[in-house]
Amino acid sequence: MSVLKARGLTKHFGKVKALNGVDLEVNEGEVYGFIGPNGAGKSTTIRILLGILKATSGEAQIFGKDVWEDAVDIHKRIAYVPGDVNLWSNLTGGEIIDYFTKMRGAEVDLKRKEALIERFQLDPTKKCGTYSKGNRQKVALVSAFAADADLYILDEPTSGLDPLMERIFQETITELKEEGKSVLLSSHILSEVEKLCDTVGIIRDGEMIESGSLKELRHLTRTILYVETKQKIALDDLEGIHNAVVNGLSYEFQVDTERLDDVMKHISQSGVIKIESAPPTLEDLFMRHYEGEVGGVQS
Amino acid sequence: MKGQFNQVGSILKLILRRDRLRISLWVLGFWVVTILTAVAFEDLYPTDSDRQEIAVTMENPAITALIGKGYGLDNYTEGAMMAHQMLAFTLLFVAVMSVLLVIRHTRSEEEEGRVELIRALPTGRLANLAATIVVMVITYFVLAILIGFSLFALGIDSMDLNGSLLYGIAMGVTGIFFAATTALCAQLSETSRGAIGLSFLIVGVSYLIRAVGDVSNETLSWLSPFGWVLASEVYVNNYWWTIGLTLVVSLVILFFAFYLNSIRDLGAGFLPTRGGKRHASAFTKNQLGLTIRLQKTSIISWAVVLFVFGATYGSVLGDTDTYFAEIEMMKEVMAIQDGIPMSLQFVTMVSSIMAVLSTIPVIMSLNKLKKEEKRNRTEQVLATAMSRIKFLGSYLITSLLVSLIMLGSSAVGLALAGAQTMDEETASFMELMNAVMVYLPAVWLMVGVAAVFIGLGRLNGVTYAYLGFVFVVIYFGGVLQFSDTVKNLSPFEHIPAIPVDDFQFWILFSLTIIAVVLMMIGLVFYRRRDIKG
Ligand SMILES: Nc1ncnc2c1ncn2[C@@H]1O[C@H](COP(=O)(O)OP(=O)(O)O)[C@@H](O)[C@H]1O
Ligand SMILES: [Mg+2]
Repeated sequence: MSVLKARGLTKHFGKVKALNGVDLEVNEGEVYGFIGPNGAGKSTTIRILLGILKATSGEAQIFGKDVWEDAVDIHKRIAYVPGDVNLWSNLTGGEIIDYFTKMRGAEVDLKRKEALIERFQLDPTKKCGTYSKGNRQKVALVSAFAADADLYILDEPTSGLDPLMERIFQETITELKEEGKSVLLSSHILSEVEKLCDTVGIIRDGEMIESGSLKELRHLTRTILYVETKQKIALDDLEGIHNAVVNGLSYEFQVDTERLDDVMKHISQSGVIKIESAPPTLEDLFMRHYEGEVGGVQS
Repeated sequence: MKGQFNQVGSILKLILRRDRLRISLWVLGFWVVTILTAVAFEDLYPTDSDRQEIAVTMENPAITALIGKGYGLDNYTEGAMMAHQMLAFTLLFVAVMSVLLVIRHTRSEEEEGRVELIRALPTGRLANLAATIVVMVITYFVLAILIGFSLFALGIDSMDLNGSLLYGIAMGVTGIFFAATTALCAQLSETSRGAIGLSFLIVGVSYLIRAVGDVSNETLSWLSPFGWVLASEVYVNNYWWTIGLTLVVSLVILFFAFYLNSIRDLGAGFLPTRGGKRHASAFTKNQLGLTIRLQKTSIISWAVVLFVFGATYGSVLGDTDTYFAEIEMMKEVMAIQDGIPMSLQFVTMVSSIMAVLSTIPVIMSLNKLKKEEKRNRTEQVLATAMSRIKFLGSYLITSLLVSLIMLGSSAVGLALAGAQTMDEETASFMELMNAVMVYLPAVWLMVGVAAVFIGLGRLNGVTYAYLGFVFVVIYFGGVLQFSDTVKNLSPFEHIPAIPVDDFQFWILFSLTIIAVVLMMIGLVFYRRRDIKG
């Protein structure tokens, strides 16, 4: 069952066409990765879904209700964290979390709040004026997670967090998923959402260019390998290798993720001394997409 | 659309939590100034004849333009005197309070992205604006009641309960009116700076229309909300209906503001915005150029406003001239120095007021540095090869330049209009120019004071408080009869009142030296302290 459904969303800011027919569907209990480079239209889409921008055309529903008309009702069951959090400088983080909880019409659940504060290592007694970007983001995250929402909408929520905090964030999302909550998570980094998401949608220049389960999208991604071997590898015999750079007995190349198994079997015969791999990046993905368009061999 | 006003109460609590101190200080400020003035008037003008004497001097166009038309001048009771000399001026400040507070809680909040956080919660689309307006209404209700009963409690004969309450409510209603116009401006402009500018423009134009109307054409005053509220003739005739009229118009404006808010996107406005430049021009590539570039719009707007102010008062000077020519006996009443026309006395008075007004944008220009620091932009600049001395220096030079521009445009406005309407013998164009320009050293001294507090990195408010003090001394120096010790604390009081007084080089020179020393101290402090983000 889908909790969020958008069809053909377009949004024009004067002459700027920010969105051009965006379709999006998030099912119950699913973590949806909404991926695209800067300026692709992620935030604009999310703001339409929150009912704070009105779509030029198209329609969107959350929990079966119209996002513009029934915004207040919808918001009782969702929690939102923007990428750039600004707070009131003379209020403390703790105060703000409580105000937000009250604005949801809910009572502050002290245990839950304290647990989250502990977890994200936030000092709630400091005035927000003294917080760094990461700490302001933590305030927004804690107040979102403290809410007992059914759908969490997170717009590049980890942009100011250090790697440790990012891990804690990922754990929290995993827990939400186990509780059966739905999450819409936007990001411009593919690897970041890969670990968490069941489904991904990729947006570029205001258009969705791919969407589906990660498995379905696997064919689009490539893994980058750096290998050193004792003997020469016969790369020419291999299918699914791209952009190979050979330097003596060290190799750097990209492998279609679906062919990874074959390639690994093959190179292991040459006596591997060292192997490193890098996850596929969004840029690679776009390259593939456009190669596909040009070549006309998209599956 | 359902629940447009959902959670107004919670947002209201949030606003009060943030601003309980700020709002209390505003209210307290109005209360103290109003009550102290009423007490001072009673002290200074104990008898009917004392008051009648001053009433005669008040009855002239220059004063009317400045503080509004006097009612009950032939029976100048304490009440009539309060309403005449204090009310219009107080209303102007109430309007300023409305502009600053309303923008702070509407467009600024939106610009900072905090309304987005609130709107993602189950709050209504109009809840933030509604909460802001409710806070303003509560504030002005408290203010009105407080002022009303306090004035009555002074037990002054002519200040009865009806009049006193009307006095308070006149303030409150003016506040609500400008809260409404500001709420509307907050919908129109995409930026808080634009919205503040537009709102102040409305306040300023309203005041000017009243000034011109009161002097020359009564119907014109009816185009200004200040005109409506003052036409209630507080303590003289107590016409409550003009208050009602102001309230009704405020409601209509508010309705329109709410409507515009309900149909627009968050963050959007209705006025067109210009696109920016792709490349920095050669001018903006050095710090001084950049500083000026960043302030260009505000410098131009202020210069235009001051020019108009100058011209308005300049045109009234002519009327003053004629007025005094007709009433020769005035001279005896006022017992002024021989041979100096009354109208010249007003030239000096208007010049000093123009000079103080011109100081506001100058101080604001320097204090922009403080705002840059708060927004963490200073860090970025100082991290480059820019020295702190050069950085603050470029702001100082800019503000000195701004002082020339501001005094210059006030002076040109005043002199152009004044020379047109006044007798050539009384004052020439150049004399009128000099009357204003002579205040430059005093303005520089204010810049020096501001620089010291920027150097200290705190208590910047003191500069504005000092400016407020300077203004009060000039504006009310006559009626409130401050002692010389108090007056001497204001640099403006040391400036020779040209063309009545002679030009005194050494005084101006000394003031300039003090100004330079203060700026140096500011620079030294600034180099030593932490930059706060
Ligand atoms: N208020 C606005 N006015 C004009 N253009 C806008 C506005 N908001 C967003 N845009 C444009 O719409 C596009 C999408 O922006 P956004 O949704 O913020 O991208 P993302 O969040 O994916 O980085 C960008 O080209 C941006 O410049
Ligand atoms: Mg974004």
